[in-house]
Amino acid sequence: MLSIRDLSKKWADFSLTNINLDVKEREYFTVLGPTGAGKTLMLELIAGFHRPDLGEIWINDKNITDLPPEQRKVGFVYQDYSLFPHLNVEENVEFGLRLKKIPKSETNKKIRHTMNLLGLTHLSKRLPKTLSGGEQQKVALARAIVLDPDVLLLDEPLSALDAQTQERLRKELKDLHERSGVTTIHVTHDHVEAILLGDRIGVLSDGKLIQVGAPDEIFRKPKWEFVAKFVGVENIFSGKSELKEGLARIDIGNALIEAVTQKEGKVKVCIRPEDILLSKRPIKSSGRNMLQGKITEISDRGTTVRLKVDVGRELVVIITKRSFLDMKLGIGSGVYAAFKASSVHVI
Amino acid sequence: MKIERITALFIALGIFIVAILALPIANIFFKQFAFDLTGFLSAITDQGVLKAVGLSCFSAFLAVLVTFVFGVPLAYLLARKNFRGKALIEGIIDLPMAIPHVVAGIMLLTVFGLSGLIGGPVSPFLRFEGALPGIVVAMLFVSAPFLINSAKEGFQSVDPRLEKVARSLGATEWEAFRKVAFPLAFPQIFSGAIMSWARAISEFAAVIMLVGFFPMVAPGMIWSRFYSLGLYEGMRVAVILLLITLSVFVGLKYLQGRLYAEH
Repeated sequence: MLSIRDLSKKWADFSLTNINLDVKEREYFTVLGPTGAGKTLMLELIAGFHRPDLGEIWINDKNITDLPPEQRKVGFVYQDYSLFPHLNVEENVEFGLRLKKIPKSETNKKIRHTMNLLGLTHLSKRLPKTLSGGEQQKVALARAIVLDPDVLLLDEPLSALDAQTQERLRKELKDLHERSGVTTIHVTHDHVEAILLGDRIGVLSDGKLIQVGAPDEIFRKPKWEFVAKFVGVENIFSGKSELKEGLARIDIGNALIEAVTQKEGKVKVCIRPEDILLSKRPIKSSGRNMLQGKITEISDRGTTVRLKVDVGRELVVIITKRSFLDMKLGIGSGVYAAFKASSVHVI
Repeated sequence: MKIERITALFIALGIFIVAILALPIANIFFKQFAFDLTGFLSAITDQGVLKAVGLSCFSAFLAVLVTFVFGVPLAYLLARKNFRGKALIEGIIDLPMAIPHVVAGIMLLTVFGLSGLIGGPVSPFLRFEGALPGIVVAMLFVSAPFLINSAKEGFQSVDPRLEKVARSLGATEWEAFRKVAFPLAFPQIFSGAIMSWARAISEFAAVIMLVGFFPMVAPGMIWSRFYSLGLYEGMRVAVILLLITLSVFVGLKYLQGRLYAEH
């Protein structure tokens, strides 16, 4: 559907380098990366706002690399929605249809349908400045999808919204995608958003697309330390792996960890903080790893508690608030940290 | 309501500057209407005066129109693009605001005068000396910076992403300019046009040096009557020009306020 081949672009001191990506028809693809990774530049290249230095962009087997933006059939929604401030909601939504010189009756029908779909009908005569962030977001979406684009590009569309509105709009985005079926590329720096929305995720770092995969794969099996850190793996240790009886024993310095891997030699060990069980007594579980240590730091996060445990190396553990209270834990408490060998991801 | 100290200080400072600006205006109106009402009434029915004031207004309008057609696209380029020589062009645009207008007159004469760089070759079919095109050119030279700079600021205040979105919605580059950038920058373009028109209508030195006293524009007539017939003769025409400029200013500023409110 959308195919990006060897795409490169130098932009001031930054370079987007050798991007290769295939997005399938009707797919919701999220691009995850920190600020300055090149996410917006990548979208703007797809939209045709800039010409690439190298590479090609294809949509539906048509090379669109040299086409101007107005001929690409690509919808674009910016982080701040970029609604036309001098036009009301209805005029914003009909902007593209008017340019296409579609008969008025058909235009009206499409506008009504799209505004209904996004629940905007009651706002039709309002100016953008009188709308909430969430409403503006929906108008921007309506304005883009009313034209039935081949690809919809969303540039951090939820980042300017409060947490509650974000959650509501995440659901609405997913619903809208299911109903409209438009192939969507959504860039974000929020890994939760990427995982909840994306059929697949691409991780962009410093202008390079370093990993593409299903959300679970990115979340559980990051290929790079950068990806692991970015998706919330807080325990990353360098170690040396030796294979024994089908398992790897990895010396991370002052602690030995067993993992299910065939990698030998110098490795990086990744353990998600929520995959670790904590107990005051040795735990009898299927966990193959059990490390003894003392709590050195406690951060209350409302429903969960983040603890740092000194097990020879500093281990970050997240447990529920209930467990924390039940165990009566405090700074200096002696604990056992247990986790399965299969929960240890080795890079 | 208690006024805070800094606010009180600012009000006092503001009153001082407004007084300096308002006093000569109030004084000229007072003197005219209190001591020479009949002279004023005769002046506003004087065909020569009306013709000079009308010519000033019309020439200033033409100067603004020409600046609008050629200057607004330039302002857009200056606001949106970076290119070699941009600082030089910006400097050239600002220069007429910084030089004495007598100097502007001399420069214009060397280009548009009968033996000037352009004025000479085109003189068989287009004359600047002693003619309307000369008045327009002189007015344009001193007034164009106001419109161009204001339009540039207007375009700079429009988020370029709005035009990018418009392009993604099917607008060509021209349509994105016409339907998004221009209407959003229009209040500032309009404001610049008012300032430009006001500056053009008030130009004396550059017009006189390039065109001469005929056809006679209002500032030329004020000077000529003051010099040859005395203060009150000059003041009558000055008051008429002031009244017209003031009414246009107030009317257009009101319209501009409404435009800003709409945006």
